[in-house]
Amino acid sequence: MTLATPPARSMALPSLAAFVDGRRRAAVATVIGLTLACLALTIVAIGQGAIAIPPGRVAEILMARLAGDDALLQGRDVLVVLNIRLPRVLIGLLIGAALAVSGALMQGLFRNPLADPGLVGVSAGAGLAAAATIVLGDRFLTGMAMKLPFAVLPFGAFCGGLLSTLALYLIATRDGRTSVATMLLAGVALGALAGALTGLLAYLSDDRQLRDLTFWSLGSLGGASWTKLSAVAPIVLPLLLAMPLLARGLNGLMLGEAEAYHLGIPVQRVKAMAIILVALAVGASVATAGMIGFVGIVVPHLVRLATGPDHRLLLPLSALGGAMLLVGADIAARLIVAPAELPIGIVTAAIGAPFFLWLLLRRSGPLDV
Amino acid sequence: MSETVASQGSAPQAIVTGQGVSFTAGGRQLVSEASLALAPGTTTILIGPNGAGKSTLLKLLTGELTPSSGSVLVDGEALSSIPGWRLACQRVVMAQHARLVFPFSVYEVARLGADGVGRALSRQRREVLIGECLAAAGVLELASRRYQTLSGGEQQRVQFARALCQMEAGRSVCERQVLFLDEPIASLDLCHQLALLDMARTIAARGVAVLVVLHDLNLAVTYADHLVVMDQGRIIVQGAPAKTLDDALLRQVFKVDLSLSRAPAPGLPFLLPQQHRLSPAA
Repeated sequence: MTLATPPARSMALPSLAAFVDGRRRAAVATVIGLTLACLALTIVAIGQGAIAIPPGRVAEILMARLAGDDALLQGRDVLVVLNIRLPRVLIGLLIGAALAVSGALMQGLFRNPLADPGLVGVSAGAGLAAAATIVLGDRFLTGMAMKLPFAVLPFGAFCGGLLSTLALYLIATRDGRTSVATMLLAGVALGALAGALTGLLAYLSDDRQLRDLTFWSLGSLGGASWTKLSAVAPIVLPLLLAMPLLARGLNGLMLGEAEAYHLGIPVQRVKAMAIILVALAVGASVATAGMIGFVGIVVPHLVRLATGPDHRLLLPLSALGGAMLLVGADIAARLIVAPAELPIGIVTAAIGAPFFLWLLLRRSGPLDV
Repeated sequence: MSETVASQGSAPQAIVTGQGVSFTAGGRQLVSEASLALAPGTTTILIGPNGAGKSTLLKLLTGELTPSSGSVLVDGEALSSIPGWRLACQRVVMAQHARLVFPFSVYEVARLGADGVGRALSRQRREVLIGECLAAAGVLELASRRYQTLSGGEQQRVQFARALCQMEAGRSVCERQVLFLDEPIASLDLCHQLALLDMARTIAARGVAVLVVLHDLNLAVTYADHLVVMDQGRIIVQGAPAKTLDDALLRQVFKVDLSLSRAPAPGLPFLLPQQHRLSPAA
């Protein structure tokens, strides 16, 4: 290295190394801490519900199951843990992680802290398709499909999310380049349209359908099963696995698309990959648990406040945070009106929104500084 | 398209060659028939009035825009056919505006330059490199500050540090490098203007081809090995600064009465803008 160093009234290089090391140590500590907290919450969550099971017993059952030790797997609580609670909590972890990571990806892609799958019309498209299935399904579905209402609804939602994303992508792409601004604006328009059509469907529906619609629009993890988990996991996991591939590209995109290109980042590929993975994950999430808002905005923002905007840290920490928020909200949803359940969307918004507002008030400076 | 043009110019070893490059957008021709060669060890400075097409030409040469006609070659290879990551090791760009939405620290912004290109380097090596580039751009003491809290000039120096990081990291992959600086000193005070341009020349002296878009004619004349004057999308004239500029050209291109003088020390021309018929002040 032969760079001439001009006289600098500088922080010396050793103190820069200390700063960098400190940041790295804090990041590692945060990752480890959150992972442990997430594990602990998982155990607690499995124990909560109509039949309370102490965390120690939950851990015992899980360990025995992992070790394949069937002799220990006796009793009613084993059935409850393995067949009802575990798939529910796993679905919660998966969907929470997917929603938070989707939010973080969209915010990075659009370079806007307010971007969210809800904003680019993915959730709205999925929701509209779900509403259409609920309200119009009785009239059009016959034979086979009538026997599988639980399969038709998720599939409809999933297709709706994917179709709206595809439409958005086509609208915003000219000459092989996707305009992020156009996509954001078109997403708002498509979201409004889907919302209007969903409203129209609600107007047309009878009492039972209206209740189903309400349930859907507020979200729930109820009715979780291993079958549902095996349906949602293969669609959501690619998003989580692709995080390390996307992180550097998203970091470069923070400087702008031209600058990212100059840095050697395959901008179009990063954009396309992020959009498709988000559409898949959010479609599958909405299909499985209904519309759950707020996770995608709150969690990445909290992580950014805590550890900064580097996506290599932001994405995995958002996944952990989103998983914890959703599982925590599910505990609350099951406990508050036990033995009945609140829709989880109500809980995430009721906990998340005031907390978020408190954070905003607590800050002294403007948000973007 | 004649591939022979490159080899008969004054710089046969040119790293980047633009041949009859034109660019049309919205029915307006922003750059017409521009031919330009960027040779290693040479500082080329591009001047011209607002809207002359300087930035557009720079974007065409960096690959950000694709020419409507003509071609841009990097070491004889068509720019558009070179994979992005390989190009990034060879070609470094500091753009005119750089905003950042999320609160990255200065260190993180500089690190972006070395992240992709410096993949092959060890973490320790990369960290030392980033520190040296921050120091070279005079922003080491700002390393832990948030980018958004900096003044415009400080942000510009941080962007310069990022460009230096990319160059230093890329050098391990490709020795024949080219550096593009689009109005790099627009927000800097005089001291930092000179420091940045000195650094650009130091980099050129190491064998890098440097292209700088500048507005300050005196600095352009002082620092250029090769001066390129653009107006209305065309390259009007290019060559050694002492031979390139004359009063008539300046009047025609910049619409200001200028008269060229010779500075006492190195015999380079310098310019003082003149009011209509007032005699120049001492």
